[in-house]
Amino acid sequence: MSTTAIREDRSGVRVARVSAMLWRRGWLRATLTLTPPLAWFLVIYMASLVVMLITAFWSVNPFTNALEHTWTLSNFNLLFTSTYETIILRTVAIAAIVTVTDVILALPFAYYMARVASPRMRHFLFTAVLIPLWASYLARVYAWIVILQKGGTLSWTAQQLGLGSVNIGYTNTAMWLVFSYIWLPFMIVPLYGALERIPDSLFEASGDLGARSWRTLRSVVLPLALPGIVAGSIFTFSLTLGDFITPILVGGASSNFIGNAIYENLGTAGNLPFAATLATVPIVIMFIYLLIARRLGAFDAI
Amino acid sequence: MRHRRRARVRAAVVAGAAGLALTAFYIAPSFAATAHSSASSPTGLTAPQANAPVLKSVGKGEGHLNLIAWEGYAQPQWVKPFEAATGCQVSAKYAGSSSEMVSLMANGGGGQYDLVSASGDADLRLIYGGDVRPINMSLMPNWKNFEPFLKAPDFNTVGGKHFGISYEFGPNVLLYSTTVFKKPPTSWSVIYNKKYAGQITVPSDAIQIADAALYLAKTNPKLGITDPYELTQPQFNAAITLLKRQQPLIKKYWGLASQEISLFQSKTVVVGAAWPYQTNTLVAAGAKVADTIPKEGATGWAYSWLLATKAPDPNCAYKWMQWATTPKVQAQQALYFGETPANKLACPIMNSLQKGGCAEYHANAPASYFQTLKFWKTPLATCDNGKNDCVPYNTWATAFLQVTG
Repeated sequence: MSTTAIREDRSGVRVARVSAMLWRRGWLRATLTLTPPLAWFLVIYMASLVVMLITAFWSVNPFTNALEHTWTLSNFNLLFTSTYETIILRTVAIAAIVTVTDVILALPFAYYMARVASPRMRHFLFTAVLIPLWASYLARVYAWIVILQKGGTLSWTAQQLGLGSVNIGYTNTAMWLVFSYIWLPFMIVPLYGALERIPDSLFEASGDLGARSWRTLRSVVLPLALPGIVAGSIFTFSLTLGDFITPILVGGASSNFIGNAIYENLGTAGNLPFAATLATVPIVIMFIYLLIARRLGAFDAI
Repeated sequence: MRHRRRARVRAAVVAGAAGLALTAFYIAPSFAATAHSSASSPTGLTAPQANAPVLKSVGKGEGHLNLIAWEGYAQPQWVKPFEAATGCQVSAKYAGSSSEMVSLMANGGGGQYDLVSASGDADLRLIYGGDVRPINMSLMPNWKNFEPFLKAPDFNTVGGKHFGISYEFGPNVLLYSTTVFKKPPTSWSVIYNKKYAGQITVPSDAIQIADAALYLAKTNPKLGITDPYELTQPQFNAAITLLKRQQPLIKKYWGLASQEISLFQSKTVVVGAAWPYQTNTLVAAGAKVADTIPKEGATGWAYSWLLATKAPDPNCAYKWMQWATTPKVQAQQALYFGETPANKLACPIMNSLQKGGCAEYHANAPASYFQTLKFWKTPLATCDNGKNDCVPYNTWATAFLQVTG
């Protein structure tokens, strides 16, 4: 009985000593707290990325399909052939068009939510914008197949209105529509945040100085909303850039994205090095995009 | 300020060094692996496990069995009786594609998996990768009742060694709308015909090149194609040219059977390459479609059970292969998936389970029917002409991506 008491007492002393030491040496405390998350970040995030980038310079043996660890630039040469240039160009172009579409759709919507709607209406709209995110991505894409395919909802509606049959299922147009729909909430939310932060006094000042609403929009609202637009565009652009499921499901005969090319090379060809090379493309594109975004002040609010 | 910046630089250096060390840690084992694999010569392919010892007799079961299988291949109706009879508890990992099976089976199944139900296009990759080992056919009593061409097919048997036991197969058929085609089309030419532009669908799979090659073998004999999976560069180029000409006519390259079903159901397409499964599903749903094997013949798929090199439960694995090839299980599985069983004795049982089931899935078809089928196998650089000038599979995959665009 008494020995346990002494032992407990001793361990208590030890804990007190350790905590005292940690208090005296701040650097030790910081090291101990930061090491696990930092190590996780380095191992899981950075090291795997570095390994992937190194793999891009390797090749596979055409006979056995085994990895060959000799440095080569052949993968990058292959990247600049017409097939892959077309795929990269298509991916970037659609991602850009989707982003512009979402800005055009989200701007009036977010403006109404942030500055015109009553609090009740605002809550309702917020819920309406966010609810689709609770449904499965796949279910929503499949719903669009039903809408767009031959004899589908869209075609039927157009026919009832006497506009003739609309048959845009399985085309790049279909991909543009579906992407614009799916990523729209990711544009509305940051844009709402940016517009809501504009002080009322600026609108009053603009009006006092004789600016009509159009001038106020152009000279006051848009410049102040720009960080929100850029932040939202990072989502819509990068999410479209990395997608490969929508092209599989609603794309037509020439609808491959970078993601599909990676999938084909990894999944069916077993060509890991070239898949890694392809994976560097979106990384480079997003790097440039984020540099521009930083210039435009997208991260000022963070 | 300066002090702080220096501290930050130091932190960055430390982080960088740690990153490098970790990278080295990641890469080092793979370098060791290269040294090992370079021992086999790159020109003549050898199956690393060709001389691995086979089981002499099936002993007591280990109590468990780990399968890699196509989705639904371990249905309770034939797994439960197996577990009761042998005491081997079955756990199945479902894989969605041949390539997924190949990667799951890396390192001889990793000492985790016992058997894989791979398709012919994956088998040779597994065999030459050393991931599977030979099976002792004298322990397989049902093997003697197999369709003769499935006893030692070249997609699972190398140098007289059986690396897999065949069990179910089926053709890739020409599916067409009966409202557009009053008479069944007799040639694959319809899927290359401008008349049906925008109303054609074919699989989004590089093995589709073999379908083009099979068509060219009959329509352009000058090319000298004898085996659609062993193509020299000029033959391969001709197939790719044909597929590139076909590309503008394609509405969609289908990836999932359900996609093709909905394409036909909505009348978006009128003709395409398909599996019998799609035909059965569409006909059952009342769609006006039918399928046929045109005069050029057809490609086909054939599944085998292959034994992992490092299978932890070999006795249970042998018991499973014996069980899966019995007429009853063969019949159940054939009807469940719309396949043809390898075991000829399954036919009467199929009829007893479903009226006309045997004929519906071609289980009683004459040998001439099977001769029209060219079963999927992995295209390798080594071809039978002994010149090693055939186009290997990874080139097929990249070339097909150039076709689909």
